[in-house]
Amino acid sequence: MEAFNRLESVAVPLARPNIDTDQIIPGRFLSRPREVDHSAFLFHDARRLPGSEEANPEFPLNQEAYRPARIIVAGRNFACGSSRESAVWALFDAGFRCAIAPSFGDIFRNNGMKNGLLPVVLPAEAVAALTGQIEAAPGARVSVDLAAQTVTFPDGTVHGFEVDPFAKHCLLEGLDEIGLTLSHEEEIAAFERRFGRENSR
Amino acid sequence: MSDAPRTMFEKIWDRHRVLEREDGQTLLYVDRHLMHDGGAVAFDVLRKRGLKPRAPDRIFTVPDHYVPTDSRRLEDMRDPRHRELVEKLAQNTAEHGIRNFGLGDPNQGIVHVIGPETGLSQPGMVMVCGDSHTSTHGALGALAFGIGSTEVAHVLATQTLWQRKPKTMRITVEGQLGPGVSAKDVILAIIAEIGAAGATGHVIEYAGSAITGLSMEGRLTLCNMSIEAGGRAGMVAPDETTFAYLAGRTYAPEDWEAAVERWRALPSDPGAPFDAEVTLDGGAIEPMVTWGNSPEDALPIGGVVPGPEAGADAERREMMARMLDYMGLTPGTRLDGLPVDRVFIGSCTNSRIEDLRAAAAVARGRKVAEGVEAWVVPGSEPVKRQAEAEGLHEVFRAAGFAWREPGCSMCLGVNGDTAAPGTRVASTSNRNFMGRQGPGARTHLVSPAMAAAAAVSGHFTDVRRLMAETI
Repeated sequence: MEAFNRLESVAVPLARPNIDTDQIIPGRFLSRPREVDHSAFLFHDARRLPGSEEANPEFPLNQEAYRPARIIVAGRNFACGSSRESAVWALFDAGFRCAIAPSFGDIFRNNGMKNGLLPVVLPAEAVAALTGQIEAAPGARVSVDLAAQTVTFPDGTVHGFEVDPFAKHCLLEGLDEIGLTLSHEEEIAAFERRFGRENSR
Repeated sequence: MSDAPRTMFEKIWDRHRVLEREDGQTLLYVDRHLMHDGGAVAFDVLRKRGLKPRAPDRIFTVPDHYVPTDSRRLEDMRDPRHRELVEKLAQNTAEHGIRNFGLGDPNQGIVHVIGPETGLSQPGMVMVCGDSHTSTHGALGALAFGIGSTEVAHVLATQTLWQRKPKTMRITVEGQLGPGVSAKDVILAIIAEIGAAGATGHVIEYAGSAITGLSMEGRLTLCNMSIEAGGRAGMVAPDETTFAYLAGRTYAPEDWEAAVERWRALPSDPGAPFDAEVTLDGGAIEPMVTWGNSPEDALPIGGVVPGPEAGADAERREMMARMLDYMGLTPGTRLDGLPVDRVFIGSCTNSRIEDLRAAAAVARGRKVAEGVEAWVVPGSEPVKRQAEAEGLHEVFRAAGFAWREPGCSMCLGVNGDTAAPGTRVASTSNRNFMGRQGPGARTHLVSPAMAAAAAVSGHFTDVRRLMAETI
């Protein structure tokens, strides 16, 4: 996994509640292996005019000032719904390394932490303020510091966020959990001996 | 361990802890790992690292997402990428000695239908699957939740998962459900009440007389949509209904008496505290229909399409306007009478035998309205066989429904079963997201009986009225 430490970047606002993973990557693009660049599938339908291949100029991701964005600022319950990890891949391959929202779908939140995309939960009022700032000054920069657990808004205000200590450690180091868990082989085997007999096969 | 009263969730959690880190992360042991045809990525991860599945006898797989519903032949799969996923699942499982219920197997079906049906899903288990609707299996008193493909690879390699203990929420529904009101209406009413993120970070336990009165099929429908309320998992305490359902199934425990005794100790202890409590009056729940693009946008069939001004804040009002536009709806329109183009009865939410019986009871002796295309997609081969033994397929066919082969089908449309742009669909599935059933498709979530009522009426209508008519 790519490590995440600090990031300073343009942030793109997508202030809608309940943006689901079907919108982030429609189902018909799911059958690709990870090696495939998923960036073209990101918000594939949402960023086009209905029934056409033409870009919807109103969709923030299509606007020039937001093109360099590596941070997405979304509404509550961002990336709810399907467990499709390709929702994270599509964001990651398009350059995103951080998503900020008042709340996230639990599965997406886990998937992000395990794929180098940091989900940051901030209070709804703070997210609304951040959205206001990046809408008023498209291209304004936001910085995220995982070690310090802070987000600095374009207006200079600093906002702390909570993150699971274990996930933080893995993300800072770029660790993948399989290796770490396998180092606990003895404990897993001991558990299985204890547990296996009384439980179902 | 202290003798403090514990919830069912805590009992299962405690029993599956392999180890706990100081930072609060728990390594949790997984009893059953279910996989489907989207799982190739995880096997690739293992192969690259030179690892093998740790416990092949705890893994069960089935192709469901990409399989065709107009054929059982691999050769008939038009998209070579989809065919490859189904083939890869067969190869990967054969290589590692994992039981795969492949295309043509008498037990093939939607993973969340065949788990309970074969007896693989049992009370007290920790179950995972790379699919968000894994919450379904909680209906049997298991802790079951969906995971992403990185976590699927982790479970394959280690049979464990790192988890932080979620919070608990008890949703109590007391009272008697009215005629024509099903588990689907109950869960839509719950989500409308608490919102699509209402249970985020929580494991839900459903309780109360309206819940314990549900059949196992009803409980599966209920727990299935826990994820649509944001819940990590949903569960119902095992009881006589659970035991009667499981008895005699293929994978039911060999030492049945000992298992039942263990299961009887699972229900939450009296006085066990929950982090959140929600109560609903079961008797007040009516047949529901969604109007927007989140399952929380559900109303009783007697309701009218709301206007954006009803939104609580600016963000909600803007979203409502966006949804009304996508759905092609005008505020003030009565839901009862709204025309439909297509009807889909199926999905891991509502494709079990009881669902098909409820739909057939409405379809019997009636005809699908002109211009409406209506499908019934049974959840599994056993459901299909059972329905055919009861003659339900003939009822559906006589009414003009298409009777198809088992699979996920139009719920998410990845196999090509989609609706055209602008098409209004009455669907028994779980998500009315924009584009879920195809770009521009307009999905309304309903129960099987309500879907059948819409099919024969040509528009959404109150199924209770049809039930009162004699044909």
